[in-house]
Amino acid sequence: MIPELGHFALILALVLAIIQTVVPFAGAVRRVPAWMNVAAPAAFGQALFQIVAFGALTYAFIVKDFSVLYVATNSNAELPLMYRISAVWGAHEGSLLLWSLILSFWTLAVAAFSRSLPAAFTARVIAVMGFISVGFLLFLLVTFDPFERLLPAAPRGQDLNPLLQDIGLIVHPPMLYMGYVGMSVPFAFALAALFEGRLDPAWTRWTRPWTTVAWVFLTVGITLGSWWAYYELGWGGWWFWDPVENASFMPWLAATALIHSLAVTEKRGAFRAWTVLLAVFSFSLSLLGTFLVRSGVLVSVHAFATDPARGVFILAFLAIVIGGALSLYAWRASQVSGGGEFELFSRETLLLTNNVLLVAAMGTILLGTLYPLISESLGWGKLSVGAPYFSMVFIPLMAPVVLLAALGPLVRWKRDHLGALVKRMRAALGVSIVLGTALMLMASAPVSMGAAIALAGALWVLSGVLHSLWDQLRNRRSKWQALLRLPRSYVGMTLAHLGIGVFVVGVAAVVVYGEERDVRLAPGETVTLAGYRFELLGVDAHPGPNYQAERGKVRVSRNGKPVVVLAPEKRNYPVQGQPMTEAAIDPGLTRDLYVSLGERLGDGAWSVRVYVKPFVRWIWLGALMMALGGVLAASDRRYRAEARSHARAAAGGTLAGAGSMSR
Amino acid sequence: MTPRRRQRMVFAGIVLAGVAVAAVLSFRAIGDNMLFYYSPTKLRSGEVPLGETVRIGGLVVDGSVTRANGDLTVRFDLTDTANTVAVRYIGILPDLFREGQGIVALGRLGPNGVFTAEEVLAKHDEKYMPPEVADSLKTASAARSAATGPTAALAPESRR
Repeated sequence: MIPELGHFALILALVLAIIQTVVPFAGAVRRVPAWMNVAAPAAFGQALFQIVAFGALTYAFIVKDFSVLYVATNSNAELPLMYRISAVWGAHEGSLLLWSLILSFWTLAVAAFSRSLPAAFTARVIAVMGFISVGFLLFLLVTFDPFERLLPAAPRGQDLNPLLQDIGLIVHPPMLYMGYVGMSVPFAFALAALFEGRLDPAWTRWTRPWTTVAWVFLTVGITLGSWWAYYELGWGGWWFWDPVENASFMPWLAATALIHSLAVTEKRGAFRAWTVLLAVFSFSLSLLGTFLVRSGVLVSVHAFATDPARGVFILAFLAIVIGGALSLYAWRASQVSGGGEFELFSRETLLLTNNVLLVAAMGTILLGTLYPLISESLGWGKLSVGAPYFSMVFIPLMAPVVLLAALGPLVRWKRDHLGALVKRMRAALGVSIVLGTALMLMASAPVSMGAAIALAGALWVLSGVLHSLWDQLRNRRSKWQALLRLPRSYVGMTLAHLGIGVFVVGVAAVVVYGEERDVRLAPGETVTLAGYRFELLGVDAHPGPNYQAERGKVRVSRNGKPVVVLAPEKRNYPVQGQPMTEAAIDPGLTRDLYVSLGERLGDGAWSVRVYVKPFVRWIWLGALMMALGGVLAASDRRYRAEARSHARAAAGGTLAGAGSMSR
Repeated sequence: MTPRRRQRMVFAGIVLAGVAVAAVLSFRAIGDNMLFYYSPTKLRSGEVPLGETVRIGGLVVDGSVTRANGDLTVRFDLTDTANTVAVRYIGILPDLFREGQGIVALGRLGPNGVFTAEEVLAKHDEKYMPPEVADSLKTASAARSAATGPTAALAPESRR
């Protein structure tokens, strides 16, 4: 009964979404306030029914209702409760239901926080988001129904993929979807402006916080995915340029370009058309990414041959949304463009270069990800693009971006002199190179050009940040007070850029100095790697709730002193008959020690993989710093003050032409 | 030239430069990194250039997995039910590797007909079969039925 209720709720949500799309939009075009005011209640109703539908599916999982096909395929009688709940988004249908639910939440949030925006604009925004909701709900109901029944019911269920029975995979998809879906907000804002045929002067100030928050979620989601892959997959890798990973990274690159473009548009009014285009790109890539991953096309292009309805629907939806948005842009862009002028050497030019590089990098990743699909569907043969392609293209394109991160905040808007800048930065440049080489030599690491360059780059970012801070505080009497009074958007930017430096250090250290060895070890035997001695003490059996495990004991020591005892496991999940490796990691700020079991080889020996990974945690630390920087920037006083003053003015019945000064 | 026009040209110039750099990098890199996929049948028929890194896939032949004592060398056979290739790999096999299962290997074909694998991949879809392998099996069984006349085609996918 409950699944049918959920299905019905989904239908009601679809009806409300259609109302949410059509009525407010018509109201904005015809200027009928009553119709425009339908937007918020419709969004609220849609969210309510989506919650009911999602709740129904979750309930089916919790009570182990194996007469629902999706539950039977992704759960099991012995699966612990925590994973029964997270299994809701463990496979395609449930994931898209979650996507749709999150979209309804974002729509509600936009409706709630847009009271200070013009009604016609908000109505258009909510209508656009409603249109996307309609697409997803239709898709779910017509071809991807999570509530489909399985009769007779499966007795025990097929079990959730063991790789997904993990905390990282509980949190990673929701975070990622918050980011993907969040990109629909700037998208809707952009389309609303294009529909209106004008870019309100305050448009940027409205759009920027939403974009930054969505970007933060995307950053956190990708970081979680990378960290999860590292500790769960047992191969010690943190990024594989896998199509699924690329699908999430491309919108992130476009969104990063969007954030920077918004900065220029807000401050100087320039780049308006580019900002709108980037907003369209970011969400288009989010949609593309979602469908690439969740439609089965990455597994095989011919997945659609078995179920053409899905393929046709997805392609049609993508064509309508992306094609429609780009057509609208082509038609209306001239009405939103125009803006401030700037010289050849100015912060605007540097930010433009930054964005071009980000978008170019995104384009090359898109090529590498889609090339196999194109090749296979055109009959050129089955090929895959090796991981080295991505590094070969990405690193040269992103290296200048890292350098620009330090430079940008130091260059003046509109016009600056290259000579003066060079004079200012000479010291910083010299210090970066010298200090970088010195640090490397001090760490008694073998000299590597690549590592030296990376380290110098990170130090360059640091010196740029410090220089910029000094510029801010130089003329204040009380430096400490001035430091505490720095605007949040500035602190956020600084933190995020520092995060880039930290990230670069982590990647360089792991790639250049990481060590790995696959060995055969019998109990009592040892292997030495990077100064650490790993001794296998033995392997015994350890049962778990829904698995059987063999647990090894590895004693690690350095220079004779014991460091840690690691317990890697090899688990066997009987329902799916699938073995899984549970690696043992000793985390550290300057290095990770990583051991995973291979398989039993005769005579009590095991194949074991051992890693020493220097500074690997800095990769995720840097990414988290970027995310935190984004949070700070989005909570800048001017966004909150603006909303407060408008609310007050509106309540007082007058429209104050208020506004705090933008930086 | 008005300032605005000059600005537009600067814009366009930077964008074009970025696109050009990206394009050059991409086309050079992708040529070196295209990995083609071959079935054991194609391997046997000599279509694969020796020494070039390629991907092959098939079912692991039951009973063919042998380990050398003392190190991590493992040998096994891959088949698409029409032809078989011997594979040699040094390292730890992935968890999903087992006899009768479909896997994909990345490596080079040696002059002695043995495929030396650098990586063994057991990525799969819901049917636990890499799609390329499923296709090769279908092709092989189709070729067989064409040769022997209409008979019930073998069901290549193992559902585990």
